[in-house]
Amino acid sequence: MTKRFLASLFFLLAAGCTGENEGTGNGNSSNAPRDNVLRVAADAEPQSLDPMLTTGHTEHRILCSLFEGLTTLNQKTLAVEPGVAQSWEMSSDGKTYTFRLNPAAKWSDGTPITANDFIYSWKRILSPKLGSEYSYMLWCLENGEKYNKGDVTDFAQVGAKAIDDHTLEVKLLYPAPYFLTVHMHNAWFPVQQATIEKHGNIDDRQSKWILPENMVSNGPFKLVEWQPNRVIRVVRNEHYWNVANVSLEEIQFYPVNGNLQTAERMFRANEVDTMETLLITKVPAYKRDNPDVLRLDPFTATYFYRINTTRPPLNDPRVRLALAMSVDKESICNDVLFGAFIPARALSPPGIGGYTADAGIDYDLAKAKQLMAEAGFPDGKGMRPLEILYNESEDHQMIAEAVQDMWKKNLGIDVTSSKQEWKVYLNSMTALNYDVVRAGWIADYLDPMNYIECFTTGNGNNRTGWTNAEYDSLEQKARFEIDPAKRFGFMQEAEGILLGDTPIIPIYTYRQRYLVSPSVQGYDSNPMAYMNYRYFSVKHQPN
Amino acid sequence: MTRFILRRLAGFVPVFLIIATLIFFLIRMAPGGPFQEGERFVPPEVLEQIRDTYNLNAPLHVQYFDYMRDLLRGDLGPSMQQPSRTVSEWIVLRAPVSIELGAYALVVSVVLGLFAGVLAALRPNTLTDYVPMSLAMVGICLPTFVMGPLLVLGFALKLQWFPVAGWDTAAHKVLPALTLGAVYAAYVARLARGGMFEVLAQDFIRTARAKGLSEARVVLRHALRGGIQPVVSFLGPAAAGLLTGSFVVEKIFQIPGLGKQFVEAAFNRDYTMLLGAVLFYAVLILAFNLIVDIAQAWLDPRVRYD
Repeated sequence: MTKRFLASLFFLLAAGCTGENEGTGNGNSSNAPRDNVLRVAADAEPQSLDPMLTTGHTEHRILCSLFEGLTTLNQKTLAVEPGVAQSWEMSSDGKTYTFRLNPAAKWSDGTPITANDFIYSWKRILSPKLGSEYSYMLWCLENGEKYNKGDVTDFAQVGAKAIDDHTLEVKLLYPAPYFLTVHMHNAWFPVQQATIEKHGNIDDRQSKWILPENMVSNGPFKLVEWQPNRVIRVVRNEHYWNVANVSLEEIQFYPVNGNLQTAERMFRANEVDTMETLLITKVPAYKRDNPDVLRLDPFTATYFYRINTTRPPLNDPRVRLALAMSVDKESICNDVLFGAFIPARALSPPGIGGYTADAGIDYDLAKAKQLMAEAGFPDGKGMRPLEILYNESEDHQMIAEAVQDMWKKNLGIDVTSSKQEWKVYLNSMTALNYDVVRAGWIADYLDPMNYIECFTTGNGNNRTGWTNAEYDSLEQKARFEIDPAKRFGFMQEAEGILLGDTPIIPIYTYRQRYLVSPSVQGYDSNPMAYMNYRYFSVKHQPN
Repeated sequence: MTRFILRRLAGFVPVFLIIATLIFFLIRMAPGGPFQEGERFVPPEVLEQIRDTYNLNAPLHVQYFDYMRDLLRGDLGPSMQQPSRTVSEWIVLRAPVSIELGAYALVVSVVLGLFAGVLAALRPNTLTDYVPMSLAMVGICLPTFVMGPLLVLGFALKLQWFPVAGWDTAAHKVLPALTLGAVYAAYVARLARGGMFEVLAQDFIRTARAKGLSEARVVLRHALRGGIQPVVSFLGPAAAGLLTGSFVVEKIFQIPGLGKQFVEAAFNRDYTMLLGAVLFYAVLILAFNLIVDIAQAWLDPRVRYD
């Protein structure tokens, strides 16, 4: 009896399984491959879709489909292209920009976009009570910082003025030659006043205007569905001024919440056409077996270690430089990180905005040993043990262990490594409660200034206790210099001082690593990982 | 019976308040907070404003009494990290998915577990015993984060019967339910085997067989009722465990359930969301305990008068 029972149960189960499978193809109707529908595995569920409140990379990639700033960038070359503004002029001192808005630019509800929409939007992000974490991006506007901090309450005093409906004048504190590229960042995107005010005050963090039924946006796509942790669906916006040049009909974002393995599996099962990030452990296998879909592209982001310069003996620049010179970055990139990244000599990623640092720290054991001896620690004698701090992650752990080993072997220093949960790690880092801590920096705009400004005295991103008056003055000179060659010259000098004094140890320049199906066209990489979706199209090969 | 239930319900109120109080203070003792400098600097003025918005600058006892007052009114507040929805809205959105997943997993565990357990008990110390019991042992030992990817590898990537991840069609729900149900199926199988084994050795079974009843009738009508007692008492905690313990499965299969929301809230120090989720789970577990208590009271009159 039991045999027959077993057999019938097995059949029942099997029938149940296949039965459910029939009619749904690969078990999945909603995200079946279709032409000109781009399916993306996103790294995370967005915290919000409010361009003024989000801080993450995933959010930025989604928001680039929904909103458009004054300018856009070419997907491949990052050359500045018209956005809402069709043309612009810069004054001779480089501090005043006049933008002429495209009269054809409209919101997704069909109403025209005016210069006042930008004034309202910038007022919103700078509103103290909104508490936007990216508001400092607009501190380059005259009185932007003061308004943000509540020291100026009349927004008319801030350096942004609507001359007429389609002319916008922007006054900057200093000439920022990269200013035309910042508009790719969501902090600069416009929002519609009527929509914001229908769902709350200008500075309401909890507003529901970002839900699909409420949102009005101005990008090539508009939001039609947002099921948290399931899917975000955007479809082509028929009111977009340049809609004729948008090939994609729809983009679907599937958040995998940090589970990069799931993203890779979805790609393999043809449930998505591309993804944000491929797990680095998967890189060698794709390099070997499936190089056509693998992309390893330059990325303006640096992985580095901060050194706490307030703690002896790390307050001695010779010790810091010795530590930096005894890290074999080549080996870390190739042996630990599967060849996915590029060893870094400097803080700024090579080529950022046309700038590559002349100075650099190379692997030089003889020099490192000599420096340690000069500092009074020959072969590590008399040197106290050091601790490398990192946030929980397998990659960070592997790197920390490799560095630990190198310092022990090369310099005779006892090193421990310690991992902390994300928020605890952030606390330790900002409170300078560490010896050496892992860090990373992704450029917000396409200019080396983005890296140089971090390490001036008192800058909130410094977090090493390092101060250098000459460095500070070079940063200021670069900031106010209008001649591009001189400007880069000042930054070269500054970065040379930074690397010589070594409050940081550059380890590698990131690469974007992801998979793209051959059915996706126009997905050119750019080092900002910026997404200009109007260049994309999807054409599936018939099976 | 009504009095019994009312008495139990009254006992839940202090438990609930103690949980709320404990969690309220515990999460505030964790280093960091919902709004602090991230990997990049945030101006202190900005952080100050955000904290003001969420009443985080008030003295701790004021925050506590404000929270409890709102809680008693049924207001769990806004989510600090995902501000476009309130905590209650998030729970309403996400909990049904976790409950659905838990229910499927419970069905999987009971059906598979009972079947394997009974089968094993019928033929002790033969292959029909060893194979399902060894599988059950593997099921108990294999964590879901191993089981899930293995099932995906076999059934989704190789055989392509089911999708890899997501929560849309019925096909999406098979592998997560199997993964989550497997561990509990294994427990159920071992409990059922033990229970059945004991019952099958008893006199009344011999009598039934002596009367010439078919083996199926002996097993299904006579033995099963007693044999599954240990399973029944295991189902209460199992149901609660399935509903609250689905985080890993939700993560592997990209399922929009509350488990994921709960764990992420803890990492993000989303105080309101975390408290809301804990309290929701607390209510669920208390409810399951109540159901088990009622069932026991109904089965055994002595319990009612304790």
